[in-house]
Formats: sequence, C-alpha cells, structure tokens
Amino acid sequence: MNSQASPEKHNPDSPTAKIHTRPWAATLILTGGVLLLALGMALSISFGAADIKLSVVWKAIFDFNPELTPHQIIWEIRLPRILGGAMVGACFAVAGAIMQGMTRNPLADSGLLGLNAGAGFALAVCFAFFPGLPFMYIIMYSFLGAGLGVLLVYGFGAASKSGLTPLRLVLAGAAVSAMLSALSEGIALYFRIGQDLAFWTAGGVAGTKWSQLEVMFPWVLAALIAGLLISRSITLLSLGEDIAVGLGQRTGLIKLIGLIVVLILAGTAVSVVGAVGFVGLIIPHLTRKLVGVDYRWIIPCSAVMGSLLLVFADLAARMINPPYETPIGALVALIGVPFFLYLARKERRTL
Amino acid sequence: MESSTIVGAERKKRTKSTIVLIVLALLIITAFVVSMNTGFTKLSPLEVMRTLFGGGTAKQELILFEFRLPRIVISVLVGAGLALSGCILQGVSRNALADPGILGINAGAGLVVMLFVSFFPTTTAAPVFLLPILALIGSGFAAFLIYILSYKKGEGILPTRMLLTGIGVAAGISSAMIVLTLRLSPEKYQFVATWMAGSIWGSNWKFVTALLPFLIILVPLVLYKARVLNVLNLGDQTASGLGTPVERERLILLAAAVGLAGSCVSVSGGIGFVGLIGPHLARRLVGPKHQFLLPASALIGSLLVLVADTLGRVILQPSEIPAGILVAIIGAPYFLYLLSKTK
Repeated sequence: MNSQASPEKHNPDSPTAKIHTRPWAATLILTGGVLLLALGMALSISFGAADIKLSVVWKAIFDFNPELTPHQIIWEIRLPRILGGAMVGACFAVAGAIMQGMTRNPLADSGLLGLNAGAGFALAVCFAFFPGLPFMYIIMYSFLGAGLGVLLVYGFGAASKSGLTPLRLVLAGAAVSAMLSALSEGIALYFRIGQDLAFWTAGGVAGTKWSQLEVMFPWVLAALIAGLLISRSITLLSLGEDIAVGLGQRTGLIKLIGLIVVLILAGTAVSVVGAVGFVGLIIPHLTRKLVGVDYRWIIPCSAVMGSLLLVFADLAARMINPPYETPIGALVALIGVPFFLYLARKERRTL
Repeated sequence: MESSTIVGAERKKRTKSTIVLIVLALLIITAFVVSMNTGFTKLSPLEVMRTLFGGGTAKQELILFEFRLPRIVISVLVGAGLALSGCILQGVSRNALADPGILGINAGAGLVVMLFVSFFPTTTAAPVFLLPILALIGSGFAAFLIYILSYKKGEGILPTRMLLTGIGVAAGISSAMIVLTLRLSPEKYQFVATWMAGSIWGSNWKFVTALLPFLIILVPLVLYKARVLNVLNLGDQTASGLGTPVERERLILLAAAVGLAGSCVSVSGGIGFVGLIGPHLARRLVGPKHQFLLPASALIGSLLVLVADTLGRVILQPSEIPAGILVAIIGAPYFLYLLSKTK
C-alpha cells in the first residue's frame, strides 16, 4: 500500500474519514516481530547468572535431557520467566490498545487508569488475609480488583456533564490509584508484608512458574481471541460512537466485551508481573504510527510489540547491574514517562 | 444607598468568615486535647491539664512532653503548610485540582529524603536540620522540571498541561523510588515505607525546630500576598492591566508553595490531598477572598492532619496507621467528587 499515505492521524469528527491501513507494514511487523521475539527469547534464555550457549538452549528445548543442569535451569527457571514476560507484554499492550480505541482517549493505559492499582490492592488483600492462596484464585481476585479500579475511574470520570476528557480520566485515574495504593500500603504496613509486595509491585517476571503460566494461558488466549473478534467494531468505535451506531454496531455490547477483555488482560498481567505501567500507553501509539488505524492490525501487532518490549526490558533489567535485577516497571517507566509527557504536551483539550 | 448595602453585605461576610475562623480554631484546640489523651497509655483530660501545668508524674510528663506534644505540634504545622501550599497552587494555576501531591512536588522531596535516609543513619542530630533543606532541593527540582516541561513558547503554562506533566513527573519519580527501596535492609525498608505512606515520624522537638523557621518566614509572606492571589485569580490579562507584574509574582508564589510543601514533606512524608481538600472546604466556608481563604485553608489542613494522625493511633492499636493513608482514603473520594462537579 501507499506507505506515505496521508496523515495517519484519524479525524474522528469527520464521518468521511477513511481508515488508513498499511497491511504490508502490519504483516512485516507480525512476521519480523515474531522472529525477533524468538531471537530475543533465545538470547534471554542463554544470558544469566550461568551463561548458556545458544546451541545448548536449542538442545534443551528440542532435545531435553533432565540429567543436565543447564537443561534444568532452562526448563525450570528461564523458560517460564521468558514466556511469562512475553505474555504479560502482550496483555498490557492489547489492553491499552483496546482502551484507547474504545474511549478514543490517547492517554488510556491500564496503569494510568487505576486498573493496575486495583489489581494491586486485590493482591495486597490476598497476601495479607489468605496467604498461600492458589494462583488460580489470585488471578481471579486480580480481575475483580482491576474491575473495581476501572469502575471507580470511569464512574467518577463520567459523572460530570462535560464527559470524559483525557485530562479528567487521567486525574480520576490518579486519584483512584492514590486511594487504592493507600489502602494497599496500610494493609502492607500492618501485616508487615511491605517488602514482599514491593518486590512484586516493582514489576518482575523472575519468579514465574510453569503452574502460573498454565493458569494464565487459557485466560489470556481467550481474551486475545475475543479482542481480535471485536477488532473491527473497535475500529468503528474509534471513529466515533455516532458513526459506529450508524454503521449498525451494537456499541453497548462491544464496549462490554471490550471492557471484560481489558480486565482479564490487565488483571492477569498485574498478578504475574506487578504494576508495570506505560506498556499499554506506548505500544499502541507506536503500532498506530506503523500500521495505521485499523484495529484488526493494531491488536495483533500490539501483542507482538508488547511482548518484544517486555522480553527485551527483562533482558536489560538483568544486564544493567548484575547480579541485581533492576525492576522492570522502573525500566519501562524510564521510556514511558517521557513518552507520556510528550503526549501530554500535545493534548490540547482542556478540563 | 446601594453602596451602603454592598458595604453591609461585605461586613456581614467578614463577620461570617471571622466566625468560621474562630470555630475552626476551637475545633483544633478540641482535637488537640483529645489527641493528648489518646494513645497507648491513656491519660484523662484532667491528668493532661495537670501535667501541662507542671503537676504530673515523671512518666506522664515524659509521655506528654516528649512523645505526644511534639507530634501534635508537627501535625498542626504540616497540615497548615500543605494546605497553604495547595491554596497557592490552585490560585496561581487557576485550577481547582492542583495539589502539591498530585503535581509531584511531594514526590521530588520524597526522593531526596529517601536517598539520604538510605545512605545515612537518621538518628544523629545534624541530619534533622538538613532534612527540610534536602526536601526543599528535591521539591524545587520537581517543580522546576514540571515548569520547564509544561512551558510552551507563546502559550506559557497551561493548567491542563501542568497537571498532566505533574502526574508524569510523579510517576517517574516514584519508579525511581521503587528501585531504591529494593536495596534497603528490611528495617530501613519498614522505616522508609512508613515515611512514604505519610506518617508523622519525626515526633520530637528537634523536628519542630527544624520545620519552624520555614513556616515563620513563608506563612506571613503568603498571607501578605493574599491580595496578589486575588488579582491573579481574575486572569493574567486583567491582572497585568491592574498593574501586577504577573510573571514575577507567580514565580514568588510558586516558590513559596514549593518551600512550604517541601519542608513539610520532609517531616511528614507523602501526605497527599491535604493541599487539595483544605482550600476546597475553606472556599465553601469563607468564599474566594484569599485574605480569609488562606488562613481558613491552613486551619482546616491542621485539623485534618491532626484528626487523621490521632485516628491512626487509635483504630488498629497497638500498631498505627500513617496519617497520610487515612487522609488519602478520605481525600481521594472527595477529589473524585470534585472532579465530577467541575466543568
């Protein structure tokens, strides 16, 4: 397609706005991205306290020998960690993409809008009151917590007459996050589980286990498929509610499905990696720049790019200051904050 | 005839505002007495009075003068400082949702204090006086960053951009703090976590004397600038038309707000929302004139932090809930309520 296609910025106010897409760019991202992802994962597996050769990595995966220590390290520690990272990255990125598409809000992100803090609050409750709860239930509570967060943010954000401006949403998100974190902090201080939670909140995939991945996987897969199924409708929603309705979309239903998908994705991701913000903010923006505004492409491409971001961030987190691990959340914020500031500068609508 | 009714209405308003201020002061005194009585060791009001006037046992004196009184004094000072800071920020930015916590000024102070705490022991005498200054440097740095980042040529500082930038800067600073927390020993971690949650931790007289000079200089300055704030509220153009050097005054006031927030945060940790709620409630009670708004905000802030700190000592005895957590639990819903009301 025409790669220098006119401004990709969609103009939601004009019903004649054409949906600019670049299927070629998207296909390239999908295939190239997956290859790059495989490479990143291989690198990440071979790098660590004990460096393992790539050939050994290959052998361990395709010709596993339980007698060999490197093979065991790879299977028991590194592989789940890396798969966990990739999955979490895809979750945050797709959740962000769907939120931005549905709300037509450039600043939508699970971290900024209180979902992460809500899931974190649920986790603090789990840690404090039900220690040793199976991961299955922890995930469920995380969904509930994320739901609580989003309910509060949207409830208050939408309660006013002038509606949900980006600023209003971000402010509501900041306040809800502050409140839920205060509650978590109170619980953490009282039960002295602060540092456990902090390690968790800092964001890290170090302790991911196969058992967790098994629980996560069906949820994530189902949510991603559901996201893809409604992707066309999300594209139409991103053009404006009126247009979507005019084109025969049942916007209420789509929004409900979208919200559930977002809750599952963000809740699962937070329960594994902690509150890593900004992935859902950066990746969909980048993807939109690269592939255009059709969510049928944006959603899968965001998933791939989100995975890439987290896999490489995890690799970097281990390389910066070995043997210590730099928290992934902090690392992503390092890129995310300037990006947010850049978007905030462009945001012209006022309160 | 007409002018005399205006004067009459004005006088009525003044009387009402004065009454409000007196009532608030009385409430603080009540909270003061209640707070003296509450804690691990119960003291009856009579015992408190007797001890205050020198007739108590050695143990009672120790509890009162060495533990409770400094803590109460600090709560009152910190509450007033943060609320004044918020009031100034709201006046200067003409944005009803500005607050030193939301804008990342607290976080900046927190980062520097935390850096210090994680590398030096806190028990020695000298750092106590150093802390407010360090916190000031941190909050000044954050404020400077926000100012630079939200400034745009030709447009100046737009309130929207300032708030969003503040949230971004706060997010960046807190992630830096997370990195630092992980390096701490468990004891230091517990201390830092309690501090970040907004606990009145510096409960001895040294902290009072460290904080007081800042307030003694800044509070009168701010009260003196009440008129300027009123004029700034009319908008930049009107303000310059009335002969106010807008940019200069704004910078002075911002510096004062940063100074107040920074020095207070150094002893109280991250108490958010006081700077938001104080001025809002005050505006409801005494209206938008800063001559009354500023003192009323300060009094409400004091009352709020004092009550939160006292409650925090009672609710889950024998452990304590930091005042900042209680204020956030009350403050955040109020903020959301305001958000849903503002146009």
